[in-house]
Amino acid sequence: MSNDYKRLAKDGIWDNNIVFAQALGLCPLLAVTGTATNGLGMGLATTVVLVASGLFISLLRGIITPQVRIPVFVLIIAVLVTLVDMSMNAWVHDLHKVLGLFIPLIVTNCAILGRAESFASRNTVMASMYDGLMMGVGFTLALVVLGATREMLGSGTLFANAEMLLGSWAKAIELTLIPDYKGFLLIILPPGGFLMLGFIMAGKRLIDRSLAERQARMADDDAELTLESTS
Amino acid sequence: MSTPKEPAYRKRVGYQAVLLGGFSTLATALLVAGNLATREDILARQQEDLLSSLNQVVPAETYDSDLLNQPLTLQDDKGHDLTVYRGLHGMKVNALAYEIVGQGYAGDIRLIMGINADGEVLGVRVLAHAETPGLGDKIELAKDDWILGFNNRSLTNTTEQQWHVKKDGGEFDQFSGATITPRGVVGAIHQGLKFFQAHRDELLDPPTLTETTVSHADLPLPPKTQE
Repeated sequence: MSNDYKRLAKDGIWDNNIVFAQALGLCPLLAVTGTATNGLGMGLATTVVLVASGLFISLLRGIITPQVRIPVFVLIIAVLVTLVDMSMNAWVHDLHKVLGLFIPLIVTNCAILGRAESFASRNTVMASMYDGLMMGVGFTLALVVLGATREMLGSGTLFANAEMLLGSWAKAIELTLIPDYKGFLLIILPPGGFLMLGFIMAGKRLIDRSLAERQARMADDDAELTLESTS
Repeated sequence: MSTPKEPAYRKRVGYQAVLLGGFSTLATALLVAGNLATREDILARQQEDLLSSLNQVVPAETYDSDLLNQPLTLQDDKGHDLTVYRGLHGMKVNALAYEIVGQGYAGDIRLIMGINADGEVLGVRVLAHAETPGLGDKIELAKDDWILGFNNRSLTNTTEQQWHVKKDGGEFDQFSGATITPRGVVGAIHQGLKFFQAHRDELLDPPTLTETTVSHADLPLPPKTQE
């Protein structure tokens, strides 16, 4: 069982990462990742919705029939997002001012419907919530990495305005890497998001390939060793 | 979901219909409950936001009344409704704030401007715009202090010709690579001042305060003028 959960974590964060492996949720991704802080906020909000939709959809999987599942899933996700939007507006208003524009975009993140359809509708409540959490962590990670890269290259800062999201202690992680940087406009605009995403995905594939090669070499070595010892 | 022993009733159209209807009803109920629970807080937050953006263009020391109390609605020269917030000092209207709209490079630029009773600009801030980041967004105070250049300007101390960007022979700087954006902002502020000139008497006529219109009475109110 614990192996399953380890598998889920590895899938969500690396092997089957929503952005870098499945290439889903690109609409909110490109819209918000101008800065690392926005990416982090969007990632956290999406994680909340992923976990909650995992909970409700796996709870209701016994009564929802395959014929009507899609509209019901969409309805559940839309209600969750709207409730998150309203409660953030009312009770964490400063954060909502930063992220408000992007919260409704969560509905357009097909990764959430994808997880509901392919995982939560056929697994237990615990596993579905855990899967949602791990997929959300993977998504957050992707958003922060992409946001940080674009922010560093595009505006020469890192985690600008983080105190609006995380409280006053976060002033410490707000960095100006290049003072008097004139900015690199292309990277801040959506095309720059596509470019950076492409580079990062290529990087991930290179790492995956070198890992696979190393594993294959080790398997070969093992095979040779066993051959030598048997001969 | 795809268990082999699926009960027969689940295949019926009636069950599907009830399921969809039930979920829709439930969703509606949840959203109504959510709306009821958050409505007042959201409204209060929006008022705070409005007040804080008003206070950026109307310094707090210029008035002693509640800015949000009894806003005045007038029609501008294009026939649109314009809401004017009035700050009173004693019984005199001392400061006014209203929204103006400029035509930018990428759609409307919404600004709020504060003006004193002599028709001088107290301050201007951008509320919303879609200008190019890095070029046109220097109209935001967070990016550049260009917008402060309008402080204390009026129709008397700046002539008709001077109310343009330098490229058009006026007083105000344009940005390198972006002329349309500042041109739109300068034009909007100029229009805003002309609006004040045209409606001066109506705008400076002190409002008659009544208890019923006081929405949040934590601020002291000036004495009533009517019995």
